[in-house]
Amino acid sequence: MVLVVGLLGLASIGLMARAFDLQVVRKQFYQRQGDARFLREMPIPVSRGTIFDRNGEPLAVSTPVLSIWANPSEVLENADRIPQLAKVLGVDADELKDRLAQRADREFVYLRRQMVPEAAQAVLKLGIPGINGQREFRRYYPSGEVTAHVLGFTNIDDHGQEGLELAYDDWLSGKPGAKRVIRDRMGHVVEDVEQVRAPKPGRNLTLSIDRRIQFLAYSELKSALKKYQADSASMVILDVKTGEVLAMVNLPTYNPNAVNASKPAQRRNRAMTDVLEPGSTIKPVLMAAALSSGKFTPTSPLIDTTGGHWYFQGHDIHDTHDYGVLTPTGVITKSSNVGAAHIAMDLDTSLMYDTYRAFGFGNSTNSGFPGEASGYLKIGRDWRPLEKAIMGYGYGVNVTVLQLANAYATIADGGVMHDPSFIKGDDNPPKQIISPDVARQLIQMMETVTGPGSTAPEARIANYSVAGKTGTAHKADAGGYAKSSYTAAFAGMVPASNPRMVGVVVVDNPQKGSYYGGVVAAPVFAKVMEGALRLLDVPPDNIGRWYVGGPLQGAGGLVGSQPPADAPLDDAPIDGGTP
Amino acid sequence: MKALGALCLLLLLAAVLASAIGVVWTRNESRVLFVQLTALQNRRDALNIEYGKLELEQATYAEPRRIDDEARQKLGMLDPRPQDIRLLRR
Repeated sequence: MVLVVGLLGLASIGLMARAFDLQVVRKQFYQRQGDARFLREMPIPVSRGTIFDRNGEPLAVSTPVLSIWANPSEVLENADRIPQLAKVLGVDADELKDRLAQRADREFVYLRRQMVPEAAQAVLKLGIPGINGQREFRRYYPSGEVTAHVLGFTNIDDHGQEGLELAYDDWLSGKPGAKRVIRDRMGHVVEDVEQVRAPKPGRNLTLSIDRRIQFLAYSELKSALKKYQADSASMVILDVKTGEVLAMVNLPTYNPNAVNASKPAQRRNRAMTDVLEPGSTIKPVLMAAALSSGKFTPTSPLIDTTGGHWYFQGHDIHDTHDYGVLTPTGVITKSSNVGAAHIAMDLDTSLMYDTYRAFGFGNSTNSGFPGEASGYLKIGRDWRPLEKAIMGYGYGVNVTVLQLANAYATIADGGVMHDPSFIKGDDNPPKQIISPDVARQLIQMMETVTGPGSTAPEARIANYSVAGKTGTAHKADAGGYAKSSYTAAFAGMVPASNPRMVGVVVVDNPQKGSYYGGVVAAPVFAKVMEGALRLLDVPPDNIGRWYVGGPLQGAGGLVGSQPPADAPLDDAPIDGGTP
Repeated sequence: MKALGALCLLLLLAAVLASAIGVVWTRNESRVLFVQLTALQNRRDALNIEYGKLELEQATYAEPRRIDDEARQKLGMLDPRPQDIRLLRR
């Protein structure tokens, strides 16, 4: 009797000791093992923010797609179903088996990423154990190639790679949250234990780009590119009052919905990454320095360009025609290089350099766009006389199209410079660069460029006054300048009486027909700006006329829809060879 | 005295049983509510997804190129010429 009780007692003590051991001493180990079986930390996915244009039209939208992933060991257990799986996925069965076998030690292998939900459902319906779907997001760009350069694109992990998708990646992508859940063997979630991290959804972005103006610029630029067989072209339109970018188009372009099919040359945002020598389009900036110096007014002193040639320091600076004696306004109207070189030599080097610098040449424009080029402007101290002279008519300086547009927008806004911005309502502090009087005088001088006897009658817009400047620059080549390779440019502001928009068109290397800025680039400007003025509801300021001060045409409207056929004066694209 | 003790014991036993059943009931409630929560979350996700799809569809239909083509080809619209424009009031 005592023996039995004693044995029972020993057994129960043993049991209690074991229970104590399990529940108290080894508690952590067993709990951890248990958690490892069914407790999982799952990410809470967030979708990327939508990018809207300034009118609320979506430009980049994330759509959900399903990615199929597999737990290799589980799938290999049912190896007889692999051929069926491979067929639905559209891959080779043996290859799939090899791939799974190679990664048999892992728990997670992507089989096919970013499938359309319907196709992915077909795979999941097979019910093969170890195959699961994961929600992912994919970016679609409804505008396609029209806004490709500005928006950029994302990679397969939904991170921005180029353009504004990259610049605002943090803002757009948000942060996925995490929660701890209890899962059963099938992988279904049984219970939410706790939220480890709250998800921060991606935020939307409203751009300053106007989709309609962007499309207009794209289609006009495309037809000009085709007509003149040029290599590439860019157009930038800025809002004068705020410095916001209304449109930025480059050609050649690509379809961001199919990035893999594109070439790197198509993906460059040339308006911001490529530099060019501005040629005559820089003359208004030179004139800003001249007027600010006090040595020049729009009508005096007279500059003698008789002969059309100026041999300076062993270099022949010449115009296309002999323009005789010109006022400073005349230098702009006729686009005289000789006149510009004379003016440049008359100015203080430090004033000229500071003015060029203040207008943004040689600096980044702080637009926030990745990969933006700063251009090149040599330090004023190091300018040699010939360099100074040729910088007066736009050689020896490198600028981007955006910098040029920003400089013209500064003149247009009464001498106030805003940093160009791609975000709507981005309040950049303005800076006064030149006095409003000088700016007003410059605009009046530039209005003559669309008048009779000047280089850009093709830039005229009916019922509006247009101020601008053409530029036809030789392109630099190995050891000098190319004989027959030009950049045709036109930079202008409308309406001249109270500028609202600035547009810069640059066409690179037009091969067929003409190569002058006034013939190749100015008509693009006119057509696009005409549409843009109408879209933005800007009232006309030059009713019944084709150019400021021109004759009144017909009662209440213009006679004919084509501007009077003034033959444009040839812009002077001379050898501005670097010394 | 003994009856009181027995009564207390019974009461305690009943309390234990009640609390046990309470645990079961609460756990079951929690599961049911969790299933409801998941269903609602899925529905919310599905609605968000559909919103995204509709946004994309709207953007595609409002594509300027498409509108331009439809206006010019189907409706035969043109840009008004300058002589067709009258300014009514400045």
